[in-house]
Amino acid sequence: MKRKTENTVAEEFEQSATRLNPEKHVLILYVAGMTPKSTLAIDNVKKFCETNLQGSYELKVIDLYQQPKLAKGSQIIATPTLVRKLPLPLRKLIGDMSDTQRILVGIDLKPGK
Amino acid sequence: MVMEKHDLVAVEKCPTGIRGLDQITNGGLPKDRPTLVCGGAGSGKTLFAMEFLMHGAIEYGEPGVFMTFEETPQDLAKNFYSLGFDLPEMMSRGLIETDHVSITRSEIEETGEYDLEGLFIRLGAAIDAIGAKRVVLDTIEALFSELPNATILRAELRRLFLWLKGRSVTAIVTGESGDKTLTRYGLEEYVADCVILLDSRITGQIATRRMRIVKYRGAAHGADEYPFLIDEDGISVLPITSLGLDYPVSKERISSGVHRLDAMLGGKGFFQGSTILLSGTAGTGKTSLSATFADSACRRGERCLYFAFEESPRQIIRNMESIGLDLDQWVKKGLLKFHSARPTLYGLEMHLVTFHKVIEAFRPQVFIVDPISNLIDAGTAPEVKSVLTRLIDYLKMKKISSFLTDLTHSGDSPEGTREEISSLIDTWLLLRDIEIKGERNRGLYILKSRGMYHSNQLQEFLITNQGLDLVNIYTGSGEALTGSARAAQEAQERASEMERRHEADRIRRDQERKRKAFEEKIAALRAEFDAESQELDLLAEEEKERQQFVTEEQSKMKELRKGKLAADWEKAPKRKLNGKKKGA
Repeated sequence: MKRKTENTVAEEFEQSATRLNPEKHVLILYVAGMTPKSTLAIDNVKKFCETNLQGSYELKVIDLYQQPKLAKGSQIIATPTLVRKLPLPLRKLIGDMSDTQRILVGIDLKPGK
Repeated sequence: MVMEKHDLVAVEKCPTGIRGLDQITNGGLPKDRPTLVCGGAGSGKTLFAMEFLMHGAIEYGEPGVFMTFEETPQDLAKNFYSLGFDLPEMMSRGLIETDHVSITRSEIEETGEYDLEGLFIRLGAAIDAIGAKRVVLDTIEALFSELPNATILRAELRRLFLWLKGRSVTAIVTGESGDKTLTRYGLEEYVADCVILLDSRITGQIATRRMRIVKYRGAAHGADEYPFLIDEDGISVLPITSLGLDYPVSKERISSGVHRLDAMLGGKGFFQGSTILLSGTAGTGKTSLSATFADSACRRGERCLYFAFEESPRQIIRNMESIGLDLDQWVKKGLLKFHSARPTLYGLEMHLVTFHKVIEAFRPQVFIVDPISNLIDAGTAPEVKSVLTRLIDYLKMKKISSFLTDLTHSGDSPEGTREEISSLIDTWLLLRDIEIKGERNRGLYILKSRGMYHSNQLQEFLITNQGLDLVNIYTGSGEALTGSARAAQEAQERASEMERRHEADRIRRDQERKRKAFEEKIAALRAEFDAESQELDLLAEEEKERQQFVTEEQSKMKELRKGKLAADWEKAPKRKLNGKKKGA
């Protein structure tokens, strides 16, 4: 950790970023109550993850009615919202997640548009 | 219609605390309903909303939620601070809750149906956290540019406003003005209860902010455009309509500072609390008269506020020393306060607010504006009239005597003001140039003075190093003369008067001489007469002596003769004597 040049700092950052499991996706799905829309979204996300991320993901479902404070902290306005926490950058997908193509674009698994 | 009438009674008002607005809206915004405040960039929407929240929290005990879609909490705190509100402190006291909604389109991907329940939850949480009664959404339209699906957004906004009503909070929703619509995204369609439009217009390089209540469901409201101001104390709305004509009046009289002028005004001067206008062309002594009035007010121990639109206070003080006025002493004693500003410094409404503010702070008994005609530069004549009407009403309400000067130009009719405020004036003095025989002098007369006897004479107005004075204008031999012509005429009159007096003296002396001569003559005649009388007396005396002598002689003779003969002789001369007496 001593005598580091800028170059080595950047390199180290790159390395640690890759070490932190580039495949691992940390996803949080925010829903508002157990509405049909919410359940549909949860189902869709689970299905999507199983098909496209196969085990290298972490999904958390948060009901904002239970934890309303989280809406402010995570800047959620629309529900359902799927937030990709990792890998960076942060991504937000809104909707019932019925459009799989858009999810793929949204979490950078497929080049957009 | 019937429903609306019914609502008219039912609509409860939520005071905004914004100066003047509650007056126009008869109490404030519709309680527990959303109000749309729209306007262009920089029209004061956010400020409006901030004031609404802050006054609510501080003055009306109604905590509020500020949900911002544009500014970061740091910027917001700075904005509040600029109005003298400490946002972090109020947040820590649980009076205000803020929420910064930040979304970036690049971060967001739509993947199907969604709603804005997240926003509702956030707002609901904020409201519940402090028990808010007021909510501000600034500017919710930002969502339109960040969320791609406008159809969902519109439906959700409609739901949001209904939800707000259901939560019993009074809300302000701000919106950017559109080209043809009130707001760019047609928010006015959803917020149907009250719509306020803020507007900033530039006329002749001077910006005036205006406010209009486009809609106020179920309540009567002023339909005019109301000018408003944003200054360090926030927004002040000025109802353009006058306060009314039911102000108190005084019978007290105050001196103008010029003795002869007081004499012309029924001997007592102006009414206290009246409005005095002094019109005159350039260099007729308007400022001198104003300063003299100010000086006399301070001498009475009254406070005088002097608004100077042409000169700096130091310059006025210096110049007035030349006519023997020491205004500096009153400034030092705190009785006289100058306020100098260029008329074009800000718009008319701002001037009005400045008047109000300074008057409120200084509480003068006498208020001088020198000159009001310069305000024309800051607006058009009707605007100036409107501002002055409101100013004069305000001053009368406060029982402040106001002294306004008006610079007229030689081409103008002297009996008119460009601001057309003559009907508002109680006492109107006119100063004018009188040019005779290559000399320019000043004349003063009273054009009108309500409620008092006043002189109809044109007086010559003298500015001397001892102060101001008025003298009668020479009006003999069919012409009015002033200045040196008057002096010459007076000298000439004095000369001929003297001549006449000398002539009379001469005649009187002649007469006296004649009288003396006459009396001398009389004396001489009397002396002559007296001399003659004396002579006569002397003669009588001599005769008497002679008679006595004769008698004595005869008696001597009788004694000598002693006989009958002698007695007979005595009888004979007696007859002789009697005869002689008869002859005499």
